Amino acid sequence: MELTLWTYEGPPHVGAMRIAASMKDIHYVLHAPQGDTYADLLFTMIERRGERPPVTYTTFQARDLGGDTAELVKKNIKEAVDRFRPKTLLVGESCTAELIQDQPGALAKGMGFDMPIVNLELPAYSKKENWGASETFYQLTRTLLKEKVSSSEKISPLRWKELGRRPKVNILGPSLLGFRCRDDVIEIQRILSEQGIDTNVVAPLGASPEDIERLIDAEVNICLYQEIAEASCEWLRRNFGMEYTNTIPIGIKNTIEFINEVHNKLDLPLTNKQELEHKSKLPWYSKSVDSNYLTGKRVFIFGDGTHAIAAAKIAKEELGFEVVGLGTYSREMARQLRATAKDLNLEALITNNYLEVEDAMKKAAPELVLGTQMERHSAKRLGIPCSVISTPMHVQDVPARYSPQMGWEGANVIFDDWVHPLMMGLEEHLIDMFKHDFEFVDGHQSHLGHTATNTKDFLKSDEKKEKNSKEGIIWTESGRAELTKVPFFVRGKVKTNTEKYAIMRGIPEISDETLYDAKAYFS
Amino acid sequence: MSKVEFNKETGPREVFCGLTSIVWLHRRMPDAFFLVVGSRTCAHLIQSAAGVMIFAEPRFGTAILEEKDLAGLADAHEELDRVVNDLIARRPEIKTLFLVGSCPSEVIKLDLATVAEKLNKRFLGQVKFVNYSGSGIETTFTQGEDGALKALIPLMESSNEEKLLLVGTLANNVEDRFKKIFRNLGISNIESFPPRQSTELPKIGKNTKVLLTQPYLSDTVRDLKHRGCEIISAPFPLGIEGSTKWFLAAAKAFNISELKVHEIISPLIKRSKLALESHKEILKGKRLFLLPESQLEISLARFLHNECEMDLIEVGTPYLNKDLMKEEINLLPDNTRIVEGQHVEKQLDRVRESNPDLVVCGMGLANPLEAEGISTKWSIEMVFSPIHGIDQAADLAGLFSKPLRRNQILTSKTLVTH
Repeated sequence: MELTLWTYEGPPHVGAMRIAASMKDIHYVLHAPQGDTYADLLFTMIERRGERPPVTYTTFQARDLGGDTAELVKKNIKEAVDRFRPKTLLVGESCTAELIQDQPGALAKGMGFDMPIVNLELPAYSKKENWGASETFYQLTRTLLKEKVSSSEKISPLRWKELGRRPKVNILGPSLLGFRCRDDVIEIQRILSEQGIDTNVVAPLGASPEDIERLIDAEVNICLYQEIAEASCEWLRRNFGMEYTNTIPIGIKNTIEFINEVHNKLDLPLTNKQELEHKSKLPWYSKSVDSNYLTGKRVFIFGDGTHAIAAAKIAKEELGFEVVGLGTYSREMARQLRATAKDLNLEALITNNYLEVEDAMKKAAPELVLGTQMERHSAKRLGIPCSVISTPMHVQDVPARYSPQMGWEGANVIFDDWVHPLMMGLEEHLIDMFKHDFEFVDGHQSHLGHTATNTKDFLKSDEKKEKNSKEGIIWTESGRAELTKVPFFVRGKVKTNTEKYAIMRGIPEISDETLYDAKAYFS
Repeated sequence: MSKVEFNKETGPREVFCGLTSIVWLHRRMPDAFFLVVGSRTCAHLIQSAAGVMIFAEPRFGTAILEEKDLAGLADAHEELDRVVNDLIARRPEIKTLFLVGSCPSEVIKLDLATVAEKLNKRFLGQVKFVNYSGSGIETTFTQGEDGALKALIPLMESSNEEKLLLVGTLANNVEDRFKKIFRNLGISNIESFPPRQSTELPKIGKNTKVLLTQPYLSDTVRDLKHRGCEIISAPFPLGIEGSTKWFLAAAKAFNISELKVHEIISPLIKRSKLALESHKEILKGKRLFLLPESQLEISLARFLHNECEMDLIEVGTPYLNKDLMKEEINLLPDNTRIVEGQHVEKQLDRVRESNPDLVVCGMGLANPLEAEGISTKWSIEMVFSPIHGIDQAADLAGLFSKPLRRNQILTSKTLVTH
């Protein structure tokens, strides 16, 4: 049993709903009690969808449990098929139905329908949303393509040459309630088509069962979100020999690497290599003198695996930040994220507990947080600017404007989204210069509007704690005065370090000199 | 009873479960914690309905059952014990802890009553434990509050003191207004249930006169009756008419003359009618379809028809207690079509066929209906907004006139090009 106040991921059947709702001509019969219908609002309110997710909930009640719930399942399946006439039917159960073991998938298969039926078994007590989405997409792909496995030859990535046409790829992984998927798909298709590569199918977003059946018309699969598509890509590789890409095109370097990878796989010459460097404004904006102040900014990163790993690379290599924390809630991608963290000399944080993330954030004393909506709230409490880079989705993460994360435009969006919350370079310089002028009110720093940076409150609230602390360390007048002169964004760190130093050296009172001693010691 | 048409419908439903009521209950009693014993789905449901992220640490959470908890009940009880211990250590300010049953905990027959009993002994004098079920196999949305209140009744001491007990969660400002009016009427001893602090439970007994503020408290009412309380029969205080009759019923129970009531509330009625006018102008003659969710539907239909002159196409309700709703049903126009239960697909067919001007529905259905060109009002807003009482009648009407007014604004040309 795990105490959870908030969770980054929903249950696995919500992942299945994401696949069903992303696609056309599919219906999902979910054996579940009435309360589970809340999941519809994720799509209709957060994504502002103008249609209901294609889901029929059996909504069994306590009084049904004594009777025949299997009959209820069959009745709902029949009604759903008659009403919605899906081309493929998904059948599964949520956490409660899993316990009563009606085997709805098997029941559906015995009802004599001629459409393909996918029996979804998603263990609700051990797995989570992304796993459920991945498994559903995989089972669906497998069901619709398994009959073609034996009859077809291995697909060579060079087949397009023999066929005398442009190369074709599938873009796999984008789904509803995925971070900026809607726009990433447009951006990636645009990039591929510029390179002379056609998109065969985008799935699951916007795909029909027929589209899944013609996945094998392409030469290569683009695995755009590993959390959702890797299992399917791997199955297509094993059974049809289709190769798939590993590079996630977020950031300039990875976008270029992605284009290279696709070209290599297809054996397509890359003719516009030089041009690629100038497709996005990010490299120049980052090089512009105004961006000097970004150097070494301390950034804390937490999100889904795909976006957190990509963010670390951009932060370090494209914006010149210092990554001081890296973590993910995607256990499935823990290994990969750990490797990236190791390259950065960090210990990866793998957790589903947002309070642990907040603690780690506090300890890392970052100047910028890149996280989920939850980290945005934690950062707000700590007075640290934040930009949202990952699911779970919030209505704010579905902007009206075109706003991808991937490709050239994605890099532009990322530059703006990450840098704007930080103070503009010049503005920060001015504040630093003038902060001791009497006109300048501390805690009134430009557009950031932090609540936690008000020095008086900051010191006052901590003063109380100090008196109660078992170490009994006291900040003298001069020590406190010096602390107010430290820029607000490192003040917390300086304070902690000075106290640590004082404890270490057995100094009972912290004066201005102690502060400088500590500064020298830690630098 | 007026000649309304009662129908029952079964089939797939589209409603919240009782866990959702934690969203307003925890705000009402800031010294209580609601611990759902359930699955990740339960946790996800509450956070999706409640906008949990604004809290540093919310006063509700879920003890998520894992595979090993399902293997043996004994272990599950032990695990729950551990989770509760951790929680109490972390949140020493908690005075009452509600163990809330869910669909999975009910199905595996986790005995929360026994767990609560054991914990009560261990934490005697520090934290009180009560349990109830908010599961979706037994409760719909507001019924969760019914369960929570019923669970508190055994903790209420007995007293034969005469008092007026307002039962059902109200917005604090509305509660204050009501108490002021009752005091002006000459009723001095007034208490509320649930109270603002979970530890300040009212004492009850044979001289307790219960006045319900919400229509969804069937089980609570039954247990209060068992404790000897007198239930004042009245419509619910939504709109001017409902509130007036509600005040009159209370006054009668305390032998206060009707004249006195009118004397005190007629200035309120006068100004409220004035405030209602602009909304009535928009709502008048418009056709309304209410889908089942909050159990407030019948009272809302009565208000929107009688005071705002809307036409009622269908009034859905997840559950109907004819006895508790008798005063409300009497006020409905003849031939009102009431449908208890739901077959969401068939009901949506009827929505489309009847082409209503406004549909009251849950959040999962609102945007899809809007996309079909049908204006909607989400029902969850009714349980979060102060809508009770004479002074709030115009605000209540405003919840329904706003989507229609907005539609009007967005579809009309009001500025000429110069």
